[in-house]
Amino acid sequence: MLQQLGQLPMGWLLIALVAVFGSAAFFMGRVRAERLLAGATSRMHSRPNYHGYYVAMWASVPVVIVAIAYAIFAEDLTRSQLTRELPSSFARLSPAELQSYLESVRMAAGTAASAGADRVFQAITNRYLELRGLVNTGTLALLGLLAAGGIFFAQRRLQPDFRARAFVENGMQLVLFLCAGVAIATTAGIVLSLLYESLLFFQKVSAWDFLTGTRWNAQTEAEFGALPLFFGTFMIALIAMLVAAPIGLFSAIFLSEYASPRARAWIKPILEILAGIPTVVYGFFALLVVAPGIRTAAIWFNETAIRFGLASEPILAAQPTSALAAGLVMGIMVIPFVSSLSDDVINAVPQTLRDAAYALGATKSETVKQVVVPAALPGIIAALLLAVSRAIGETMIVVMAAGKSARISMDPTSDLTTITVQIVSLMTGETGFDDPKTLSAFALGLVLFIVTLAFNVVALRVVKKYREKYD
Amino acid sequence: MTDTVRTSAPSAAAARHLKRRRARDGRFRYYGLTAIFVALGALAVLVLTIGTQAFSAATYNVVRYEVTLDPAVIAPEGANRPADISRNVEGFYGLVRDNLLKTFPEAEADRVSRRELSDFVTRLAVLPTARLVANNPELVGSTITLTAPLNDDLDLYLKGQGVRERKIRAGAVSSVQGDQDGTFLLSGTGAFEAVVAGLAAGSVDRAEDAGQPDVLLTAGVSTGRLSDIGAGSARMELLTGRAQDFAQARPAARIIVSAESERTISDRQIAWVLALREMGRVDRVPRWTLLTNSDSTYPELAGGLAAIVGSLLTMLITALVAMPIGILAAVYLEEFAPRNRLTEFIEVNINNLAAVPSIVFGLLGAALYINFLGMPRSAPLVGGLVLALMTFPVVIIASRAALKAVPPSVRSGALAVGASQMQTVFHHVVPLAAPGILTGAILGMARALGETAPLLLIGMVAFVGDVPRSPADESTVMPVLIFSWSNNAERAWEPLTSAMIIILLAFLLVMNGLVVFLRRKYERRW
Repeated sequence: MLQQLGQLPMGWLLIALVAVFGSAAFFMGRVRAERLLAGATSRMHSRPNYHGYYVAMWASVPVVIVAIAYAIFAEDLTRSQLTRELPSSFARLSPAELQSYLESVRMAAGTAASAGADRVFQAITNRYLELRGLVNTGTLALLGLLAAGGIFFAQRRLQPDFRARAFVENGMQLVLFLCAGVAIATTAGIVLSLLYESLLFFQKVSAWDFLTGTRWNAQTEAEFGALPLFFGTFMIALIAMLVAAPIGLFSAIFLSEYASPRARAWIKPILEILAGIPTVVYGFFALLVVAPGIRTAAIWFNETAIRFGLASEPILAAQPTSALAAGLVMGIMVIPFVSSLSDDVINAVPQTLRDAAYALGATKSETVKQVVVPAALPGIIAALLLAVSRAIGETMIVVMAAGKSARISMDPTSDLTTITVQIVSLMTGETGFDDPKTLSAFALGLVLFIVTLAFNVVALRVVKKYREKYD
Repeated sequence: MTDTVRTSAPSAAAARHLKRRRARDGRFRYYGLTAIFVALGALAVLVLTIGTQAFSAATYNVVRYEVTLDPAVIAPEGANRPADISRNVEGFYGLVRDNLLKTFPEAEADRVSRRELSDFVTRLAVLPTARLVANNPELVGSTITLTAPLNDDLDLYLKGQGVRERKIRAGAVSSVQGDQDGTFLLSGTGAFEAVVAGLAAGSVDRAEDAGQPDVLLTAGVSTGRLSDIGAGSARMELLTGRAQDFAQARPAARIIVSAESERTISDRQIAWVLALREMGRVDRVPRWTLLTNSDSTYPELAGGLAAIVGSLLTMLITALVAMPIGILAAVYLEEFAPRNRLTEFIEVNINNLAAVPSIVFGLLGAALYINFLGMPRSAPLVGGLVLALMTFPVVIIASRAALKAVPPSVRSGALAVGASQMQTVFHHVVPLAAPGILTGAILGMARALGETAPLLLIGMVAFVGDVPRSPADESTVMPVLIFSWSNNAERAWEPLTSAMIIILLAFLLVMNGLVVFLRRKYERRW
């Protein structure tokens, strides 16, 4: 009996229970309020629906809290009790081994197909199910009790002059506030998880060695000098910006100063398609077309240089994946970030400034170069900074096209690795969370987070501080 | 006072200066134009390369096999329940292999050629037929046409992508003479002149170390390999069919540039697949399996169904979490929040979250959901929650803009007739802002649909052969499938990956089209 209870689909059941209790309570409250309305001599403060909502709140909020608590603690509770009851022979298992054993017990219990396993395992699985059933029954009983109590309590408070609406609206405002608070919680979650795992990492490897070491060999867990990764990230972002900054800026200037409204209405959305294409598509493009093309070009360059006696051995590395390929494609991806933000700020420059320049006899390009761009400069710089931050944090293009060897090389045709590439390759293996390999990924993530955050903050500051106000 | 009007022309120096300035002006304009063309050109190249690749993967070659469903093979005594039949891959595969061996008896000669012939079909390709027979047991004993996709390398060869070859029509062969060593001497006046010329032309642009190119000669269903090629005669080693077919025929010669050892398919396989095509047993059909099959290690069987379902489940979770939270948070910030430090802090947080690299959210998901809360790896549930954290700042920003666009007169009007602030917002402001909120939410979801990096970190990159049935099952998503396919070495994965990209882009296009439609239909200026 208990074993069957242990296999209840609690997730769905809890959701259903919340819905059932909530709607039942709502109707009970509403009916009661309508009855009050019928017999009341004075007018009610709130409409019957609000009384219904009020009762429903009292019924469902405790249920939701218990459900969340169940989701978090039920498994741990069952496991800790089960561990206490395990035969003494299990005492020599390490905590990790014990956890994986319990995990297999849970899996077997979920499928109810432990046939063929040894008898100890079967007995433990059955006991697990019994304990789980106990927890489930307890939770359900508690839920029923709380919901019934809530309904009873709330029903008794309903009076014609009861200010149900005020209560409900305060409750809703709290919910709204909590939703907004998720933003803080997420940021806190990011900062805390990155910091926590990084601190664990820095207990094993010193932060100084991590930030200044020049040898990165995390897969063998030997060397954690992240400087080559910083270099690779910087190099590829630099190449990307060398592509994106001129193209994006000139596009923006052309669109806002030269293009006809019709051309602008067509070109601008098409440019923004570039921002909507998933980065994995860019990565595939880089891998399929750009990287082989660059390799061929580099080999041709090497051969030509040797043929004309300019060099005795190949100058360029000409590797199948290269920083240049990743950087070029990333540059294309970043173009719309530069162009549409710059376009906005250039458009915000008032027409009177341009008219004044024309009146002095300036040509259009002189007006753009000497009046419009300087006036829009803070916004343009902010756009460039945001684009750099985007390029630094970009993952898929570099994972697919930049390579994996951590080295410091000025040759753009050699393969370089970046922070994001290493995070992906460290986190996709089957390693535990106490491994320095995994932990180093969090340390890299922390660096990435801080750097991109700094770029964003500086960009916002630049806009705020140096923006000219023209009205 | 006298007005002095300068009537004389500007000095020569000034004129030159003006000309230079005008030229500079023109150049500047062209810089802008060039920038636009470079950006649009890059987009065009990207779409065209992926589009053409995907186009070639939209169809594939299947081979038809007439097989008799011998009960002794596919439903032997003791294993003839439908469940057994549907799992009897070995039996059905045996039927197909026997059929191939019957068609090409010369493959019986040695183990190597037997294996080369069995490579035409992968074992699992007969699974749909096995299931069909299991569901219709009356078929057992009858003769059916079994259709199975051709091996991916041969498929590419028939599409003209796998192997570089040049086709040359040879002259008429007048006589075929058998020799003691099993080869044949073909002769005819000037029959091989074109072939010799083709070989000579080809040797110029070939690297020195590429070895001798193979020359195959095909007449009808028969194919042989040529050697000692002269203008009027050549020696032929028969690969399949009959030597008589070449007599009085004008066979087609194929000069295959790369040597046999450097190819994934052998000369014999080429000969057989050409013969199958000549027999009319090869059809090029639309590859619906791309949408109906799940991932496989064989490109000809692989499809994206599991990933598409995984993506939909993930998006469902993302939508269920990110949209309510995002919209309610936007309502709070725009309509209720007092102007204080806390509100400002929340706003700063939202703006920063929208700019945090996506991979950081993956790290958060791995640490929080998987390590701390012990949720399952690779599940759409976790993926959806991670993407929800990424998406809800976008939803908030878009929803706030939509709420802001609702004029204050609407609020004042509602408040004036006695509505509470909550009633004003939820009965009047939010419904009016709903189209804007919805478009913002869809755009956020579209971004989440294309996201790859954070999902790699929570283990959604694992090979998943089954369609997930609930958000807690192991699963993958479309962009991650694209990533894993692009890592595969075989050449056939490239067009497949492109096709999958087109499917993903189609989903994104639909979502963006929906946004444009909603905007057109509901946009109102106040």
